[in-house]
Amino acid sequence: MLSREEILRIAQLARLEVPEAGVAALQQQLNGILGLVEQMRAVDTAGVEPMAHAIDLTQRLRDDAVTEPDRRELYQQGAPAVEDGLFLVPKVIE
Amino acid sequence: MHDKSLSALAAGLAARDFSSVELTGHFLDRIARHDGALNSFITVDADKALAAARAADARLARGEGGPLTGIPIAHKDLFCTKGWKTTCGSRMLADWVAPYDAHAVERLAAAGTVLVGKTNMDEFAMGSSNESSHFGPVRNPWDTARVPGGSSGGSAAAVAARLVPAATGTDTGGSIRQPASLCGVSGIRPTYGAVSRYGMVAFASSLDQGGAFGESAEDLALVMNGMAGFDPRDSTSVDRPAEDYARDLARPLAGLRVGLPKEYFSADLAPDVAACVVGAVEELRRQGATPVEVSLPNQALAVPVYYVIAPAEASSNLSRFDGVRYGHRAADYGDLNDLYRKSRAEGFGAEVQRRILVGTYVLSHGYYDAYYLQAQKVRRLIAADFATAFESCDVIAGPAAPSVAFPLGEKSSDPVRMYLEDLYTISVNLAGLPGLSVPCGFGDHGLPVGLQLIGNYFDEARMLRVAHQYQLATDWHRRRPALAEG
Repeated sequence: MLSREEILRIAQLARLEVPEAGVAALQQQLNGILGLVEQMRAVDTAGVEPMAHAIDLTQRLRDDAVTEPDRRELYQQGAPAVEDGLFLVPKVIE
Repeated sequence: MHDKSLSALAAGLAARDFSSVELTGHFLDRIARHDGALNSFITVDADKALAAARAADARLARGEGGPLTGIPIAHKDLFCTKGWKTTCGSRMLADWVAPYDAHAVERLAAAGTVLVGKTNMDEFAMGSSNESSHFGPVRNPWDTARVPGGSSGGSAAAVAARLVPAATGTDTGGSIRQPASLCGVSGIRPTYGAVSRYGMVAFASSLDQGGAFGESAEDLALVMNGMAGFDPRDSTSVDRPAEDYARDLARPLAGLRVGLPKEYFSADLAPDVAACVVGAVEELRRQGATPVEVSLPNQALAVPVYYVIAPAEASSNLSRFDGVRYGHRAADYGDLNDLYRKSRAEGFGAEVQRRILVGTYVLSHGYYDAYYLQAQKVRRLIAADFATAFESCDVIAGPAAPSVAFPLGEKSSDPVRMYLEDLYTISVNLAGLPGLSVPCGFGDHGLPVGLQLIGNYFDEARMLRVAHQYQLATDWHRRRPALAEG
């Protein structure tokens, strides 16, 4: 069972602000989801290889060549604050 | 015009019975008249659509058209479409315009389809009722007090109401098959790797797969021919020769072995749904197929495993929405950490936040082995169950959803109840197999029920053939809600 403190710690790791008033409801919901998940934990999986992907894949290699044109300006059009090709954020280093 | 199948529409366009501009105008008019009641579209752009229709007409006039040239379609609003808003049903991307086309979008545009709009969906494809959309819930055309299913609920509802003859969707845990079942349309999720994920906004990368909705299996085969194909820009796209998904449609079913997983016909299945599915299997038997009982012993673990793996991958994928590079940024914040926390709390809805938190937890230090690694191991057991089942059958049949469409609000306050909607679809995603749902009757309240067919890897053509042969003998897929008549 996740405690209040654990909920707040996870929220901090996930960079999500959780209002004080919402913690109890979230705690109940997340514990409900983890309760659903619980039956999976008891399964004996000794010797079973983890399945990381839907199908077995071998990593394709390509030539080490430039294939993408510079589209920085286009791609930055969807950003909240941009100046001179840079993403603007609050001052990090005083 | 809106009652015709894709092949009938293509024949009409080829014979110049009507132009793509007329056809597109007809569907745009239907959207204008009926979508107020459904909310199945987030964006409709008549100018862009009519321009594409004119280009398609010119191409048809030059004799260069293909089977999809001039056909209006809609894309689920998580396929990037250059110059169109691509919102993922989220406040986070409410005004975000895609700077490029997804591979599936590119391919369908090259085939000459006419994009009329982007369909509503559960936020970031997380949901089974379309109630988690920032743009409001979609309503089921058969009963607007009920949900259309999700997460591709907008696409399913739009096709069911004949606001568009076909639409794309994505299926991470059932998000094509469950809404297809609840809306009474046909929907296919192909084998993982058949449709490129390039330009599909990621939810859970090892499970996400693009697919389509249409009236019939034959329509699905035509759309699949247009959208599937190898793409080097998706590292999980499978490099295999192009195939004609319609090639086996006409073959009868004699000798086909249909696997019936005993775990699918249990007490969790509503009696009205069970009756329709059993009736559909009986029709397959009548046509010469042989039902075979099979077992998927780890079936009950599929939902628990999914709710570790999918949130884990989602928490990682959605970390890119940070208030810096895309979309929403909070108006007031202090330092950088505060900017992240506030922008994400405002930009994401409740269900997305829950899944990010669950995913963050199961991947966090000290819990990774107990949750994520264990889930990956059980995932292999689930996939192995299918491999064993396919040793004694050619295709698996069962329900797509445990019940008919439920009323709006009925499950939205209880995440776990909502998750169980995908009881019969999720294991297919975990294994990476193809699946489809086709209408197979009406259950309680006169609401549609879907038959799920599951195929072996890259065996879509056989699965579509079974569905097509079934549809030759039944007319469930031709039944329309009253809304589609006017």
